[in-house]
Amino acid sequence: MVRSHILVCGGTGCHSSASDKLFENFEAELKAAGLADEVKVVMTGCFGLCALGPVVVVYPEGAFYSQVKVEDVKEIVTEHLLKGRIVKRLLYTETLAEDTVLSLDNTDFYRKQKRVALRNCGVIDPENINEYIAYDGYMALAKVLTEMTPEEVIKVISDSGLRGRGGGGFPTGKKWSFTAVQKSDIKYVCCNADEGDPGAFMDRSVLEGDPHCVLEAMAIAGYAIGASFGYIYVRAEYPIAVKRLKIAIAQAREAGLLGKNILGTGFDFDLDIRLGAGAFVCGEETALLNSIEGKRGDPRPRPPFPAVKGLFGKPTMNNNVETYANVPRIILNGAEWFASMGTEKSKGTKVFALGGKINHTGLVEIPMGTTLREIIEEIGGGIPNGKKFKAVQTGGPSGGCIPASLMDIPVDYDNLIAIGSMIGSGGMIVMDEDNCMVDIAKFFLEFTVDESCGKCTPCRVGNRRMYEILEKITSGNGEIEDIERLENLCVYIKENSLCGLGQTAPNPVLSTIKYFRDEYEAHILEKRCPAGVCKKLLNYYIDAEKCKGCTLCARNCPATAITGEVKKTHVIDTEKCIKCGACIDNCKFGAIYKR
Amino acid sequence: MKSLAELQALRDDMKSKIGVRKDGETRIRIVVGMATCGIAAGARPVLAACVKEVETRKLTDVVVAQTGCIGICQFEPVIEIYDTDGSKTTYVHVTPEKVPKIIAQHVVNGSPVVEYTIGANAN
Repeated sequence: MVRSHILVCGGTGCHSSASDKLFENFEAELKAAGLADEVKVVMTGCFGLCALGPVVVVYPEGAFYSQVKVEDVKEIVTEHLLKGRIVKRLLYTETLAEDTVLSLDNTDFYRKQKRVALRNCGVIDPENINEYIAYDGYMALAKVLTEMTPEEVIKVISDSGLRGRGGGGFPTGKKWSFTAVQKSDIKYVCCNADEGDPGAFMDRSVLEGDPHCVLEAMAIAGYAIGASFGYIYVRAEYPIAVKRLKIAIAQAREAGLLGKNILGTGFDFDLDIRLGAGAFVCGEETALLNSIEGKRGDPRPRPPFPAVKGLFGKPTMNNNVETYANVPRIILNGAEWFASMGTEKSKGTKVFALGGKINHTGLVEIPMGTTLREIIEEIGGGIPNGKKFKAVQTGGPSGGCIPASLMDIPVDYDNLIAIGSMIGSGGMIVMDEDNCMVDIAKFFLEFTVDESCGKCTPCRVGNRRMYEILEKITSGNGEIEDIERLENLCVYIKENSLCGLGQTAPNPVLSTIKYFRDEYEAHILEKRCPAGVCKKLLNYYIDAEKCKGCTLCARNCPATAITGEVKKTHVIDTEKCIKCGACIDNCKFGAIYKR
Repeated sequence: MKSLAELQALRDDMKSKIGVRKDGETRIRIVVGMATCGIAAGARPVLAACVKEVETRKLTDVVVAQTGCIGICQFEPVIEIYDTDGSKTTYVHVTPEKVPKIIAQHVVNGSPVVEYTIGANAN
């Protein structure tokens, strides 16, 4: 008789801090304590609070243990599970109460969240189809197959207002109906799981935590558009996601929920996985389709759109993982339910990956229309070390930097585009006063230059020229005309590139020039990096009043650039200095500064 | 799986197996004292009996949890039932045999089994 469940997070974040070892140790300790039959250990997907991983939750109390180490397992078993005493020192501080634990729903991190796409992540065992079924899994598929016509399914998706979660924001219902009206012997359903934005990991978490919901949604889409086969294109760098997808597909086939004559309704649907080798451009849908076909992952001009001529020349409908993850709930709860969340033109919820200079690094799902301030200050827990918020980069290398003055804008597709950024796939990289915005623009551009497939000139050459100009500015050789050169190039590249990669690559440069022009000017006119990041513009100095002459800095300087006698002020020779920062790290009196 | 009915049956069966994994929305909490005193007096079979009874009756809004020493060791095994209104009933010298009656009468029908409570056994 099982009386208690221990949920151990098995997402990539917690897995990399050895949550698999925790799982094994829990099983061993429970056995030793004679509790193996009473307590069940479950490996789940991501809880979202990755900063506090590895995360372990014990039910029925709902005790949320954070940063659990292998050494702590025995204590949890003997104290909590054997004697019923919650191990308070491991509880997430916000849930700590006098004699009980507080619900996670009341913590700052979860209070404003609304989990739709992530509803099962951290709740079920993703490698067990029965647990998915327990939470109404495959009931949406059963509903469309037994009660709805394909037209009705598309109408529900259209009415819900769901838009593509991969970045484009194209209305999902429209995409489905474009493919549905095509006449063809074969049609395909594809899932874009080639998540490539630096700092975005929501698709990975859905696949790792709830793979069946994607399979179910793809089968629903297949029924709606008249396809009986699908492909999931997932990057090989996501080994846990790939493994769980494979298990899920095998289990769904075994249960008769994929394959021939599903639930006795005469509908056939099956699917297969294609692994991507990690090229960023393969997230672009035409490049993705080429790659599935075994060709080089290059984009091609549209039209013809994939809905008309896609995979192997057949009509193809391609959605992102998170888009699919919303579909079963929309079918079960109705279009009105979904449309009741969000803003006028952006319905439902969106998952964001919080990263960079923020306390609660992790995954959050919030209704569209939540403000950046709520996301960063309340849910994200603000900026660490008392630093000042400077900007947030949304949408990865395709998006833009949003400054502190626009923090109160409700986040939705159209609002972010209007201020020169985009939701993109949902990455949010938070920057504080120590980040140099010119350097950030250069960082993202370096990524796109690296990932450009080289097929069209504006992207291949234009982005490289921009990168060179930024390099010139950050090394102190910039001219004031460079800003205008950058702006002109940005416009040209956006207008003339073949695919989304090139069309959005200039956004980080454009938005940083727009909101942080003063930083560009400081680099160019004063040869100064205000944030103290660009090495070539910095010199290290010793504050004569603070220096005690302890000689630590001189002894640790690898370039022997520091001279001075014991108990007398030291001096740095800026000609010899290689700006490694070793002196700052070693100075006990805070006497060294860079400027 | 050949039909919708089979899928529904599997879902309902699985639901009761993962019932402990939920936050909030519980009507009643049954707490069993599981400190050394409780375990020595036989709290473990009592806990198992509570879990079994709740599961057989499919009481999805009832949680069975454990706690440490309640402080009345001479009365162990002790279980406490917290109702929605926050009121608490303490049952003492509980045995696995008494559990079905407590759950049927108190948890399901809302009338405490007075003869098993601490009030009736204090002297």
